[in-house]
Amino acid sequence: MQTSVAAHHSSLVEKDDRALASIFAAYTVTATVWLLFATGVGILLAYKFGAPDFGPGAWLTFGRLRPIHTNATFYGWASIALVGMAYYVADRSSRISLYSVKLAWIGLVLFNVAALAGTVALDLGYNDGNLEYREWPWPIRLVFLAALVVTAWNLIGTVARRSTDGIYLSNWYTIGGVLWTCIIAVVAILPWYQYGLGQVSVSGYYMHNAVGMWFTPLALGIFYYALPRLLSRPIYSYALGVLAFWTNLVFYPIIGAHHFLFSPLPWWLQTTAIVFSVAMLVPVWGGSANFLLTMRGRVRDLAHSYPLMFILVGVIGYLVGSTQGTFEAFRSLQEVWHLTNFTVGHSHLTMYGFVTFAIWGGVYALLPLATGKESGRLGLMLHFWMAVVGSFIYVISLSIGGTIQGLDWKNGLPFIQSVVDMQAYYVWRGVGGSLMFLSHIVFAWNVWRMTYGRAAQAAPIDTLPAVEAAA
Amino acid sequence: MNKLVLIAGGSTLVYAVLALMMGVLPGMALSGTPPGPGVKPLSALQAEGRGVYVANGCSYCHTQQVRPLPQDKIYGRPSAPGDFAYQTPELLGSERTGPDLTNVGVRQPSEVWQYIHLYNPRAVVPESVMPAFDWMFQVVDRAPPGVTPIPLPKAYAPADGVVVPTHEARALLAYLLSLKQPALPGSAGENGSATPATVMSNAGVAPAAATASGAAGSVAATSGVGYDAPKGQALFTANCAACHQTTGEGLPGAFPALKGNAAVNDADATTHIHVVLHGLQGANVGGVVYSSPMPPFADTLGDADIANIINYERSAWGNHGAPVTTQQVAAERAKGK
Repeated sequence: MQTSVAAHHSSLVEKDDRALASIFAAYTVTATVWLLFATGVGILLAYKFGAPDFGPGAWLTFGRLRPIHTNATFYGWASIALVGMAYYVADRSSRISLYSVKLAWIGLVLFNVAALAGTVALDLGYNDGNLEYREWPWPIRLVFLAALVVTAWNLIGTVARRSTDGIYLSNWYTIGGVLWTCIIAVVAILPWYQYGLGQVSVSGYYMHNAVGMWFTPLALGIFYYALPRLLSRPIYSYALGVLAFWTNLVFYPIIGAHHFLFSPLPWWLQTTAIVFSVAMLVPVWGGSANFLLTMRGRVRDLAHSYPLMFILVGVIGYLVGSTQGTFEAFRSLQEVWHLTNFTVGHSHLTMYGFVTFAIWGGVYALLPLATGKESGRLGLMLHFWMAVVGSFIYVISLSIGGTIQGLDWKNGLPFIQSVVDMQAYYVWRGVGGSLMFLSHIVFAWNVWRMTYGRAAQAAPIDTLPAVEAAA
Repeated sequence: MNKLVLIAGGSTLVYAVLALMMGVLPGMALSGTPPGPGVKPLSALQAEGRGVYVANGCSYCHTQQVRPLPQDKIYGRPSAPGDFAYQTPELLGSERTGPDLTNVGVRQPSEVWQYIHLYNPRAVVPESVMPAFDWMFQVVDRAPPGVTPIPLPKAYAPADGVVVPTHEARALLAYLLSLKQPALPGSAGENGSATPATVMSNAGVAPAAATASGAAGSVAATSGVGYDAPKGQALFTANCAACHQTTGEGLPGAFPALKGNAAVNDADATTHIHVVLHGLQGANVGGVVYSSPMPPFADTLGDADIANIINYERSAWGNHGAPVTTQQVAAERAKGK
């Protein structure tokens, strides 16, 4: 009798594990398709700076492809990949099966439908006002909101039924991130308080919160789960993680107006944004220190584990990119850097150096535990080094070029001189971007091997103890 | 369960309050900003053009916000809250891959230039990286009655037929030309005769401008006149070269050449000074009538800068007009239009 109950449990567990693995795999695979598409478009955009007549016609014109690149990166690649991982982390860290497998699939369909429809709409010229990161026509953004609601419901349901005592820190960040982003989406969609200058203030709020209250918490959630798993040691300080959570929550929403320094927005709004941009150093340095201290003394493990290396780069990207953001918010530096390509360098340092590397670290660390399939070491190595070197070239060239651009303006040179002076740096950006894109092709190959393709080697599948799974 | 309520519910409540304070409430308060004096809603065609501007993502490379910083003076006066009353969606933008367009209707009022530039920017600005919007134009055998074909330079014109704008391009043009900053009460530009000291400070143009592009730098240096040649050339590049070209040759049929130009080489510089100060339209230059207007520079450039530009034009490209002084420009300005 006893054995048959145990066997029954174990088959249930296997079924749950398989369901979770296929969800994680499907989210990661579709996200990867979006990464390839979005960065392919990015390459075309980068080439256009050297050859503006390359890719002619309305459908390939710069101003239509640019929002396609950013939105597909944000809402296709990063969002879908992070949510897939959030499900896995919520399930494993709560030691319980998912609240609803069906809801997870519905969410995946909604995310992809939104990204596809948004891409097509933008290319046809249906752009909701060039307002950054909310360019999709609002009905499409409603679909994305529906995906968020489904995800929030499912994650909360899962964690609510947890068999553990506490709620693991990763879930604070992911559940918080999804819930806050529902609010962000609603604030962005409702039109009644967004006219003229009023809309400028909402844009400042939105474009920063959509990044920092969505991608940041979900990516940090990966760090908090994957690092201890990879190192088999707990996070350095749980309390520091909690402090970073609440300070990030309170400081971040206030800093959006720093995107509009020197604009006609009220001076107090701009100054408040600057002050809290400095306050952001607390959660950023606190969080980064926590991750780095968790890795302390384990250099040998780092050198032998590409997942760890990806996460290390992600942590450094978080630390450097966010600290840079604080400095950019100072009026004295904005005078030079604002409106230049320095900003583009910054956004790639954060969305790529931090968020995307965090996702990659998480995928390589966790996906094999779900599917039982490892990708080869050569693939990991190629991906890692091309992505690191490529993004380094990308960010450095635009940071230098952007600075020169800003100084040209300050020195009163004819505007066209700043265009001429950028040319060399545009070329280097294209070189860096090409390497990054190549690394994504390797990543796609690696994902394929970890999911539906033939694995390089089998990995031990991480299962829940039968008793806990049934609880 | 209680813990989950605290973390999920508590943090969401905190976030909702902050979103209200930093997003919704400022939005509500500022949405009611009344239009500034002279700020008017767009006409139907201009509004349609604004739609074309948005559909094609122009604001990813062009801002529409003038900051209260010295380097932004070339774009007009600092933007004021009342400027944005009729601007939904807002198009302030976040990057200046291309120049700010807040005041482009004043800076570049020539329809012909705007059309050529939209058709292919490199036809008038060789270094430009802006996309060609040639798909907003049509190639026809003969322009329909009442429509002037666009006088494209040969290298950019189709082999057969002539180029005319589509409705989309006409709307976009109407919108671009509508972008004019109304003067603020009490500001220098209000009465149309600003004193040079208050506008376009020269301090911005440092000697570093010597590195500015242009093929004729060495020519200018030989003038032997007591004027700042590199600065004159930089000012010419920034303000004049879009039409008259860095070669001084203009565009045949669209913009007159300054190289060998009678007024530029005339010993009496009165006409030359007058045109730069007050602009020109419909003039016969060397037997060709140019319909497109040249903007006045009296409001945007000081006497010394205008003298520098004129002296550059009078000594570059083999020109040999007698040099002018700042005082001459001031005197001509004092005479008024």
